[in-house]
Amino acid sequence: MKLWTAIAAAATIAAVAAAPALGADTPKRGGTLVFAVSAEPPNYDCHANDSFAFIHPVRPAYSTLLKFDPFGYPKIVGDLAQSWTVSKDGLSYSFKLQKGVKFHDGSTLSSEDIRASYDRIRNPPPGVKSLRKAVYEDIASIETPDANTVVFNLKKKNISMLANFASPWNCIYSAAKIKADPRWPERNIMGTGAFTFGEHVAGSHFTGKRFDQYFEKGKPYLDGYKAVFLSGAPMVNALSSGQVLVEFRGQSPADRDRIVKALGDKAVVQESPWVCSLVVSFNTRKKPFDDVRVRRALNLAIDRWSGSQALGKIALVREVGGLLRPGYDLAASEKELDQSPGFRRDMDHNRAEARKLLAEASQSGMSFTLLNRNVKMPYEPVGVFLIDQWRQIGLNVKHEQLETRLYLAAQQKDSATFDASLDFNCDYNDEPNLQLVKYLSPSRSSLNYTGLGDAKLDELYDKQSGEFDKKKRYALIREFEKQAMDDAFTVPTIWWHRIIVHDKRLKGWKITPSHYLNQDLVNVWLDQ
Amino acid sequence: MSAISAPYKVPKRRHPAIAFVVHQPLGAFGLAVIAIMLAAALAANWISPYDPLAVDYGAMLGPPSQAHWLGTDSYGRDVLSRVIHGARTALAVGFLSSLTGSTAGALIGVASAYFGGKTDLLVQRLMDVVLSFPIIVLALAMAAILGKSIHWGIDFNLVIAIATPMVPNVARVVRSSGLAIRELPYIDAARTAGFSHARIILRHIVPNVTAPFLIMLTAFVGQAILLEASLSFLGLGVTEPTPSWGLMLTGAAADFYQQAPWMIVFPGIAISLAVFAFNLFGDSLRDWLDPKLKV
Amino acid sequence: MFRYIGQRLLLTVPTLLGVALLAFFMLRLMPGDVVEVMFMGQGSNVPADIIQQEKARLGLDQPITVQFGRWMAGILQGDFGVSMWTGRPISYEIGIRLELSIEVAILSTMLALLIALPLGTLSALFKDTWIDQTIRVVSIAGLAVPSFWLGMIIILSLLSFFHWNPPLTFTPIYQDWKANLSQLIWPALAVGYRYSAVVTRMMRSTLIEVLQEDYVRTARAKGVPERLVVVRHAMKNAMLPVITVTGLEFAFLVGGLVVTEQVFNLNGIGKLFVDSVARADNTMLQSLVLLVSVFYILVNLAVDLLYGLLDPRIRYR
Repeated sequence: MKLWTAIAAAATIAAVAAAPALGADTPKRGGTLVFAVSAEPPNYDCHANDSFAFIHPVRPAYSTLLKFDPFGYPKIVGDLAQSWTVSKDGLSYSFKLQKGVKFHDGSTLSSEDIRASYDRIRNPPPGVKSLRKAVYEDIASIETPDANTVVFNLKKKNISMLANFASPWNCIYSAAKIKADPRWPERNIMGTGAFTFGEHVAGSHFTGKRFDQYFEKGKPYLDGYKAVFLSGAPMVNALSSGQVLVEFRGQSPADRDRIVKALGDKAVVQESPWVCSLVVSFNTRKKPFDDVRVRRALNLAIDRWSGSQALGKIALVREVGGLLRPGYDLAASEKELDQSPGFRRDMDHNRAEARKLLAEASQSGMSFTLLNRNVKMPYEPVGVFLIDQWRQIGLNVKHEQLETRLYLAAQQKDSATFDASLDFNCDYNDEPNLQLVKYLSPSRSSLNYTGLGDAKLDELYDKQSGEFDKKKRYALIREFEKQAMDDAFTVPTIWWHRIIVHDKRLKGWKITPSHYLNQDLVNVWLDQ
Repeated sequence: MSAISAPYKVPKRRHPAIAFVVHQPLGAFGLAVIAIMLAAALAANWISPYDPLAVDYGAMLGPPSQAHWLGTDSYGRDVLSRVIHGARTALAVGFLSSLTGSTAGALIGVASAYFGGKTDLLVQRLMDVVLSFPIIVLALAMAAILGKSIHWGIDFNLVIAIATPMVPNVARVVRSSGLAIRELPYIDAARTAGFSHARIILRHIVPNVTAPFLIMLTAFVGQAILLEASLSFLGLGVTEPTPSWGLMLTGAAADFYQQAPWMIVFPGIAISLAVFAFNLFGDSLRDWLDPKLKV
Repeated sequence: MFRYIGQRLLLTVPTLLGVALLAFFMLRLMPGDVVEVMFMGQGSNVPADIIQQEKARLGLDQPITVQFGRWMAGILQGDFGVSMWTGRPISYEIGIRLELSIEVAILSTMLALLIALPLGTLSALFKDTWIDQTIRVVSIAGLAVPSFWLGMIIILSLLSFFHWNPPLTFTPIYQDWKANLSQLIWPALAVGYRYSAVVTRMMRSTLIEVLQEDYVRTARAKGVPERLVVVRHAMKNAMLPVITVTGLEFAFLVGGLVVTEQVFNLNGIGKLFVDSVARADNTMLQSLVLLVSVFYILVNLAVDLLYGLLDPRIRYR
């Protein structure tokens, strides 16, 4: 197994290192990119969606103010914004827009469109579902001094605001259209992106065509794209036979091996750590999970280090980390993790301590149910793994995998029936302001299903959200992490690992740690 | 002289079981397979070389070998042990579902045939509704509303969900058998003589519908096993890590098919063999007891 | 005759009403709703007021009886409503998938009959010989093998041995029959095998029965050639139960091929069922259930009428 780990590591390094070279050849114009998407978006409104099922087919039609550098995550570059300045006190962000940007219907983009779109996000009119409304509460006002300048004034300093402007969900709509009908974008696609809307056959596919008047001259290189809705084994078969060139979410190690075997030297594998983790949440409203000793014991029993090695071979997970992605500069170092309960390497000691805690709480040999999603990758293997880990401290845990609707219903705030649940914590970048929301009090975070909060955690969160000094922020986050692991109402288990296998004809696309980013297809070209 | 003087040999009265084996070899074969499976299922804990739930990351996706006769799956679990324990799930769920569905159907069919009139009409409509209702919605709704009710390792709500589509089928057949009896004059005579409904039903109707009942009972076990496999495939039936043949065919098996074909070959053979055996037996039972029955 | 048809059609009304009631209340009793699935499943910190707003917009906070009344009123006016998930008219969503499902059903039936009729006949004519035993074993195997497993094996064989995968998207047969058939022939095969087993067995048993009837014996005694006996007299009468069972199986195929459509990734009614269930799209599910039930009932009616037309012993008063 050690040999395999070494080979896998070497391959990973090689693949990721080779990636920048993908942009080095001269791009060729032409061709239609056919790719697979494993789920379908319910409507076309960026502000009302939060799934990759939306991003992958629809995103290429729109632009945002800023974006993450497609070849240099986490650097932020301008999309519609040509340049920007942030005031010294951090309360004012001023953007200069690109000149001559056209919408697909021929109208010209102006700062008014930016203002109208952001107003829609932070103050949605009735009927408009702006899901990320709460993130933009710090914006006090938006000014448009001239047609090419937009100024955002904040109520208080917010270190993640720049990343917020680069959010892939903040599509810029035409002010005229959303003024006439605020819900127009739900059924109509009209933006400033590199591709115009082609057709959408429900359940089958979604197409886009090159927008000839795209503001980046010479781009996009593709004539168009076709997103086919495929999932599971049919998707892997389509990738293996070359019918689709890529699937942008991620493939499991087994899928990767199968596809590489089928495509041979036509395959390119790109791998990257993923800004997604699996966490276990306990329903503190139910005995005995209201007892912190029980929660800590269950946390201690999980052998994350050897578990990740084994799981990394069969599932989409691999990295061991705490509340933030390992490898991110604000995340805990391995040395610091080793000190954290549940991450210490001596498993015999950990298990003994867990048994002791359970005995103290009179819960030795207890049994409960682990609620999990009905999705195979990676929920099922990690669920099975956790149950096995808890078996080793004498517990009898049942695995319950439910359909999404039932899974969610069991965690409903006012009528939560679950014991412990396995869930994911994902977002489009590492920003702690996004990643730590799950650990805030239920009154502040709709993502916290445990029924328990900690005022200290809320306080620490607010402190670090405005802390511009990196060292200080790092220290605050470590404190937050320690407190969260002590409270143990939600504990991280393992971080995901993104693997994308694609046909080597696909060029100009580099993998990033988030499957929500880098999907405007502007730089993508086909080498055929 | 010899043609006349040869004494007439009275055919020996064979035990019905032996006669069955002689006349219906295929059915006997089916019965034998069922018996073996039943034995394996009952003795599962003793004859399985490994614990079917024991995860062993060191032995993932191992081919059939000395240590693991049928190989291991993606968690390192022994396929042979899981197939043997899978027989438990399949036979338990299959048999219980079929018994429940057939019994309920038979009761409804008999009542419908005997009481006739408005009862019959109402029951017929009710059966039509259930018959034309898509099974997946029915199964899902039951799973969602009733949740899981697991006792002794069997999900009884799943049993009910699988049994439901069988009820109208059995009711229909039992009803037509029952109707035929009801028309006979001695039933009228019995009523006139003052015998209670219950007695007439038990004494006269039930014995005559026993044959179709038994036939459908065995025939539906195979169907139930297949239905359980389909529902598990869709995630509505048994879930990990319970060993179930249907579950073993889905997901991980399809992913690892090319590396580890034994993961889907053996459970697939197991299902086919089980259903095959039950169908063979059911068919032969029909040929033996009531060849005119169209099941 | 027409009175009979009229009566039967009238009787379908209470059945359909029963189905509608059952579907509606069953679906509403299930925990979870479409708004939760849409907004809570993906890990965004969605404000509670937005969720409430959307639930109100879809009418989910109304009492159940009110929701049912509204739906029924709509149906009676021919308006099936919009999908709770996409907001598009249900008639559109179902319409684009119906063509595929019906085509697969027809192809499977054709394949099944192509295999079953000759095999069933042979099996009956050569009863209890090795031909019969072989065909019987093959048929029972057809009933035993899960058709979705067979589908998986077919796809994987195509991929392993021919490095070929069927087309991903549906092309109607009148646009490009080659693309259309190269996609749909495989699920038709997987489904058709089991289908043919059912029909073969029915063909065999009815033909055996018919061949023992008096009029066949008479024909044989009169010296009619065996082939004529079989084709002209026996088969015609054996066909009736065969038609019944074929019809019943066909009725099941539209909307019943849930697992097969998953395996072959077909954009049909079965897949729509599964997706709608996962999304808690109740309006869609209600309409789908009604559609499938109506189809089933109509096919049943058609088969019964056909039976009555063809069998001179049955007269509908």
